[in-house]
Amino acid sequence: MNNSTHNRIASAFADKKAFIGFLTAGDPTFDASYENIMALINAGADLVEIGIPFSDPIAEGPVIQEADVRALNGGMTTDRAFELAAKVRSQTEIPLVFMTYLNPVFKYGYDRFFAKCAEIGVDGLICPDMPFEEKSEADEIAKKHGISIISMIAPTSEERIKAIAESAEGFLYIVSSLGVTGVRSEIKTDLSSIMESVKKYARVPAAIGFGISTPEQAKKMSALADGVIVGSAIVRLVEKFGENAAPEIGKFAKLLADAAHNN
Amino acid sequence: MAKGRYGDFGGQYIPETLMNEIHKLEDAYERFSKDPEFIAELDKLNREYAGRPSLLYFAEKMTNDLGGAKIYFKREDLNHTGSHKINNVLGQCLLAKKMGKTRIIAETGAGQHGVAAATAAALMGLECEIFMGKEDTIRQALNVYRMELLGAKVNPVTTGTMTLKDAVNEAMRDWTSRVDDTLYVLGSVMGPHPFPMIVRDFQSVISKEAREQILELEGKLPTAVMACVGGGSNAMGMFYNFINDKDVRLIGCEAAGRGVDTGETAATIATGSLGVFHGMKSLFCQNEYGQIAPVYSISAGLDYPGIGPEHAHLHEIGRAEYVPVTDDEAVNAFEYIARTEGIICAIESAHAVAHLMKIAPKMSKDDIIICCLSGRGDKDVAAIARYRGIDLHE
Repeated sequence: MNNSTHNRIASAFADKKAFIGFLTAGDPTFDASYENIMALINAGADLVEIGIPFSDPIAEGPVIQEADVRALNGGMTTDRAFELAAKVRSQTEIPLVFMTYLNPVFKYGYDRFFAKCAEIGVDGLICPDMPFEEKSEADEIAKKHGISIISMIAPTSEERIKAIAESAEGFLYIVSSLGVTGVRSEIKTDLSSIMESVKKYARVPAAIGFGISTPEQAKKMSALADGVIVGSAIVRLVEKFGENAAPEIGKFAKLLADAAHNN
Repeated sequence: MAKGRYGDFGGQYIPETLMNEIHKLEDAYERFSKDPEFIAELDKLNREYAGRPSLLYFAEKMTNDLGGAKIYFKREDLNHTGSHKINNVLGQCLLAKKMGKTRIIAETGAGQHGVAAATAAALMGLECEIFMGKEDTIRQALNVYRMELLGAKVNPVTTGTMTLKDAVNEAMRDWTSRVDDTLYVLGSVMGPHPFPMIVRDFQSVISKEAREQILELEGKLPTAVMACVGGGSNAMGMFYNFINDKDVRLIGCEAAGRGVDTGETAATIATGSLGVFHGMKSLFCQNEYGQIAPVYSISAGLDYPGIGPEHAHLHEIGRAEYVPVTDDEAVNAFEYIARTEGIICAIESAHAVAHLMKIAPKMSKDDIIICCLSGRGDKDVAAIARYRGIDLHE
């Protein structure tokens, strides 16, 4: 660990429940996504997940799939996503993590990718198609550069929770429901019992994501965990307001942040 | 590193939600593939329902016409449902039943795997949903209706290129939302471990039979065996029991579409590079940033931007050769084998026939080639007519 990145992720959870927001880089343009990310941060987001769009996002529902299409059509690439993150980093010290699929990272080259993250100040990486068993090929390289690979725990993880939680870096991403990302009216998983076993083994905080779309849900979920992650519900505003989504995102994010922080 | 590696290829690159289920599938397969009762049941289905063993047919006219190697066709096109896909779905659906599943899902390109899956599901009383790219539901409308007749629900996939890879994406998404009662019956030797192994094992009946048949007919092993390759299931089935016969050449024929230099191609070995996608590390058609490339072939069944990990490995170690075959060559072969042998084979299989036509004349009369005819071509007749500028009115 050769820099302060771990401290940066921890700071999101330091004295309150964290509100984590997601946006896709370059959706619908580079400049608009920069404005949107800054609106999230100014509204009180404690950590931002920046999605590097992928052609075939198998863990995403329709909302984020469409965002990836818009971003790729707009010319977003891994290099441009680094430029975007660097621009955000020049304005803020809040933790930033990339969320993408393994192939763009693999193809960029693990060492080159994580070195670039460290150089720019991106603190972690979430890859839904890199489960615990396949993490080792990237993990050592990420650690060398001080980047946390964020692990996920799903409602189906059961006895896998121990191994995943014990070796988790940065924070744990608790997947609230079966299926893909997207807005859900109700979350039925028994999250309190999952959180109980997570807490038994994890050294890092845990945030719940997938399907959280209202301040009420954010309040309920953050009461169970150390934070909440909201993606599709924010991206839906980009779908609706196009290049002028920043003010709407700011308003909505403020409600979500307050709901989490007041827990 | 997880299990299921072929050299560096393979692995289990899938969402956490599916990991426990994949492990359950590994355990169930480990247990049932050695269970005498399961083996006997599958054998009975293969013989009495699918029509195995399939014929090894000596194509005398083509042999004489091409004037080189002796040509044999492994007639998977004569199986029930008209392709090799039945070999795999009977095995996987039986496994699904043993695992207590009540529902299966499957992706399909040309519709051959979808039809086979819907058939096996009907036979075994399983609920069945098929994911098929919208583009392919148009190219293969007849197969969509066949699946519906068999009681399956066909979901047209409207994301991405609306072809086979998008159908796989959507099937995976569906599976993550319903792991408890559902088995994803993958159609090719691809995806996360254990699928490449399971599908290969169920398809290896092709080369098991062919090896015995050729030894009985000719008293010696063939010079070469060949098959078309998309994901690569009929090719893996055709190769598998010959891998240890070092003198037998293994030849896979990829869909080059309009040509490997045109950008409108699906030839993964010729144009792809190492990547991680659809649960496996293998070779993929992709750009410099790892975005999966849109691929093209006249054949919906070969229109896939990747290749099974065991093929990538056989290629890397030099055990198998992979060659690109264009649309034009495949269509010519489709017409040639129909005219010469009275066999209308699938446009997929015609890719292998096209390469066979190139290499057989250069070989001697002592050489033997076995070419896998993976499926029948009724489904392709309208598309071939269109290719020749003829509009068939239904």
